[in-house]
Amino acid sequence: MLSKLEELRAKAISELDSISDPKSLEAWRISYLGRKSPLTQILRGLAALPLEERRAAGAAANELKAFLETSLAQQEEIVKEAEIARAIEKGRLDVTLPGRPTTLGRLHPATQTMRQMCGIFTAMGFEVVEGPEVEWDYYNFEALNIPQDHPARDMWATMWMDYQNEKGERPMLLRTHTSPMQIRVMESRRPPVRVIVPGKVYRYEATDATHESMFYQVEGFAVDKNITMADLKGTLFEFARRLFGKERKARFRCDYFPFVEPGVEMAIDCFVCNGAGCPLCSYSGWIEILGAGMIHPDVLRRVNYDPDIYTGFAFGMGVERMPILKYGIDDIRLFYSNDLRFLKQF
Amino acid sequence: MKVSLNWLKDYVNIALPAKELAHKLTMSGNEVGRIDVVGGTWEHVFIGQVAALDKHPNADRLKLATIDLGTERMTVVTGAPNLEVGQKVPFAKIGARLIDGHTGQVAELKPAKIRGVKSEGMACSEKELGISDNHEGIMILPSDAPMGVPLSQYLGDTIYDIKVTPNRADCLSVIGIAREVAALTGQRTHITEPGYSEEGNPIDEAISIEIADPDLCSRYCASLVTGVKIGPSPQWMQQRLIAGGMRPISNVVDITNYVMLEYGQPLHAFDYTQIKGRKIIVRRARNDESLYTLDGMKRDLNPNMLVIADEKDPIALAGVMGGADSEVIDPTTSILLESANFNNISIRRTSIKLNLRSEASSRFERGISPELAPKALRRATQLLLELAGGKAAKGIADVYPGKREQKPVLLPKERVSRVLGLELSTDRIQKVLASLEFSCKPAGTSRDLLVTVPYWRTDVRMADDLAEEIARIIGYDEIPTTLLSCQIPEQVPAPMLTLKENVRDLLVGCGMQEVITYSLVSQAALDKIDSQGKLRPALRVANPMSTEQEYLRTSLRPGLLAAFASNEKHEKDGIKLFEVGRIYLHRTNDLPEEREMLAGILGGPRLERSWLCGEDTLDFYDAKGILETLFHRLKVKTDFKPAEDQSLLAGKTAEVIVGGERAGIVGEVHPKTAALFDISAQPIILFEIELAKLLPFAGAVYRYRPIPRFPGNSRDIALILDASVAASRVQEVIESSPLVDEVTLFDVYSGEQVPPGKKSLALSIRFQSAERTLTDEEVNKAQQQIMDLLQRDFGATLRS
Repeated sequence: MLSKLEELRAKAISELDSISDPKSLEAWRISYLGRKSPLTQILRGLAALPLEERRAAGAAANELKAFLETSLAQQEEIVKEAEIARAIEKGRLDVTLPGRPTTLGRLHPATQTMRQMCGIFTAMGFEVVEGPEVEWDYYNFEALNIPQDHPARDMWATMWMDYQNEKGERPMLLRTHTSPMQIRVMESRRPPVRVIVPGKVYRYEATDATHESMFYQVEGFAVDKNITMADLKGTLFEFARRLFGKERKARFRCDYFPFVEPGVEMAIDCFVCNGAGCPLCSYSGWIEILGAGMIHPDVLRRVNYDPDIYTGFAFGMGVERMPILKYGIDDIRLFYSNDLRFLKQF
Repeated sequence: MKVSLNWLKDYVNIALPAKELAHKLTMSGNEVGRIDVVGGTWEHVFIGQVAALDKHPNADRLKLATIDLGTERMTVVTGAPNLEVGQKVPFAKIGARLIDGHTGQVAELKPAKIRGVKSEGMACSEKELGISDNHEGIMILPSDAPMGVPLSQYLGDTIYDIKVTPNRADCLSVIGIAREVAALTGQRTHITEPGYSEEGNPIDEAISIEIADPDLCSRYCASLVTGVKIGPSPQWMQQRLIAGGMRPISNVVDITNYVMLEYGQPLHAFDYTQIKGRKIIVRRARNDESLYTLDGMKRDLNPNMLVIADEKDPIALAGVMGGADSEVIDPTTSILLESANFNNISIRRTSIKLNLRSEASSRFERGISPELAPKALRRATQLLLELAGGKAAKGIADVYPGKREQKPVLLPKERVSRVLGLELSTDRIQKVLASLEFSCKPAGTSRDLLVTVPYWRTDVRMADDLAEEIARIIGYDEIPTTLLSCQIPEQVPAPMLTLKENVRDLLVGCGMQEVITYSLVSQAALDKIDSQGKLRPALRVANPMSTEQEYLRTSLRPGLLAAFASNEKHEKDGIKLFEVGRIYLHRTNDLPEEREMLAGILGGPRLERSWLCGEDTLDFYDAKGILETLFHRLKVKTDFKPAEDQSLLAGKTAEVIVGGERAGIVGEVHPKTAALFDISAQPIILFEIELAKLLPFAGAVYRYRPIPRFPGNSRDIALILDASVAASRVQEVIESSPLVDEVTLFDVYSGEQVPPGKKSLALSIRFQSAERTLTDEEVNKAQQQIMDLLQRDFGATLRS
């Protein structure tokens, strides 16, 4: 009996070692460990043996069974590994082939910039408001201290709408800046206000690489008790740092806009040359980015804000100018000619 | 305003390097654009004197000039016709860099032998030195020019090009800039009062002045000089005029221009003998009047224009341009000089109307002080006597109906810090203001100040103007930087703004590219999408830049179609563009309605060309799929119904219904329309949505649906039904069953396998209950009920 078991062991193991696929493994299991296998037969027949023999044969048969089961598990593992290895070998990809294209669109660079700007100001408690692009002379000029025949009107070359009122005047125009919204917002609210206005503006301007007849501006203003030029400086310097990076320096210089007093222009140090002077900054080391100032008391009076109680600041800036500077775009007309070869770069 | 530093130095000391001073001016509001250095290239050019002129031994037309440089003498060969012994001339030694008189190129002067004689340098023309275009002869310097001195020391200059802001009439003058320089560098200006002897008869006997329209002329001053001799003005004056951007004409005209640049007061010189009746009348022009102006043009006048007239006719357009009849010409001997103050609005209107913007009008329209008129007049009279000879009449005529007492400005003690956020002592405020020649005194017993504004500062009227003066002189760097410390105001919700931003993000997520097209379009472009004339008439710009941008768009379509067409030429992949923008719709006697629209256009290959993808073409269902995604994400329930549109193909167009109303349209662009825009791709799909129509639904509050706790049960069915039955109606019927959770249409088929006129729809129906696991029996029953309804409504049968 024992020798029969040994014979079985030798045969089973030698067969098992040469098996390399799961199907043969199953066949092997059935023939050596299945219900009808010799070993099972032996184990079933143990009861019929004399006690002495039964003990020895039983121990040997059970040991063989355990041994065969362990060997099967090991061989199964080897076969599985080999299977995976084969699959890997067979399924090798040319990883240098291009991936499957996905289509994700893009926002227009002007939209992207406006969002960035508005995001910075909303984080400072400003509220985004929009207004009409076709405006009355009153909001675009008169209410901003730019009456008829004021020489400062030359600062805003204007496209007028073909519309005459009963008096024969032509008071309707395409807004030349977003500043009319200062008046519209203040007319409808009491201080405190803190608002930014992104939007399209228009100029009667022959277009070339640096001039467009349509572009975007972002206007901002805040009115409350105790707002000073120091707050304007702090707000705008912080804006410049967040938009252009914390290493940027900013400065104010005196400038003139009829609806603010004092009026300033803000510049940042040139990010190409860091202030040393280069073609981008016309060798001045500084790049103008916006105009600003304290809201003129006459403007406040016009919307029934008492300038002895309230003060405020206002600022306005071109939107395209920021990506133009940031990406070195040399022609502003690219923005609204909508060439995908341009738009896809942002 | 171009300002010569040499000229500035007449009134204020300049110790700073030109670049630093320019920076100070820029920071304080007078932006210096260009800085030109005159004579920066005049190395090796000196002042020499012609000591001798001899014949050239080998050439009749050439001469040998001996030039004395003080320490040495040089001989040069010259062909210049105007050289005479004793003249001072600019002399260039070998190595000087000069402009070639013929080619205009800069070249280095090299030793040369001309017709056998060595030439040791060159006497220069103005053109060769870059001073002017004059190349007719050698430049002759004044006889007192110092011999042997480098020319750059004698004639060199630095010219600032200053952008003067519209509020600063005073800075359109050398003296005005000198005052700024003085304040910025802690100095005082030295401006001498002009003086001269008056040897003629009293002026009142020679001229009478009447201001008929004092609202348009607040002051009129005049002086008279007889016995003058017209000729060229001296070189120093010509140089300064050229530096200031003006062309020298004659001594009298140059003097008026010179004093205008110096004082900022425009002046005019009349030939006194041409003034009929010895009378100057400042009045509005009459309707039938006209005037030949100095430029030879006949100008038709009207009562909105102010003229200077004699007894009979207009002789000048006040403050804009003189008349030809009273022009100062060579035989003129008696000059009436005018220095007046005209209403800035009237001057501006007239000069714009006649398209005659001049140095004079640009000063008047900014509003100069009437106090300036007699001062500038005296200065011009003095120069006239000095440079053109003659006798001045006694006194000046001065009619001043617009005289107003100048009130001091009250500067409350808190105001400067309230505006600037910077605490300054009263002492410092006074000192800064004093540097600009404002004088301060205490207002009563308070610490407020009463500030007297110098007459030339017509722009300073109130306390905040003074705050600006202080800030710009001390510099904005001194102002602290603080963040807003007041409370954040309450914010008003802006649902349209939010919707627009969401729409943009969602469409970008759907693979579309945002574009922004011009709001102004041509009538022709609008006509292309409006063959049936259904659009509302567009608003026209009265002064368009071009016909291409003449009308405010009433549709986003032309812009998008044009953008598609221009990109199609170079894009190999499909094009998917959208724009969120406004259209402008006319309203009577009001601003137009600015309607927020979304429009999109797509066409070409569906996917980027790739080894992994097929080459399908974008079609109607791509556009619809994008819209469905958009509306689904916006939580807006929509229906699509067949519709018609003049630029879209019938049968391939659907209107988008939101809340029972038409909110937009989607469809395949009609090939005729596409052709009008030169689009060759087929098909092109276009959609257009009126965003306001979504607004009531897009912001709606919604509640979440719990995740089902019990398993659902899916069944696939294939129906055969009439080809004309809309799939959405089948879907609606199925969805009406209470146990149906979701219906997915996964196949549409018509062809050999189904009878003619029929189609097959394959649908996957998901049954689901929130309360329990559905049994097969329940699902079978529900499915049978659905089949019964489909049979009843559409004659649908199950496909076997």
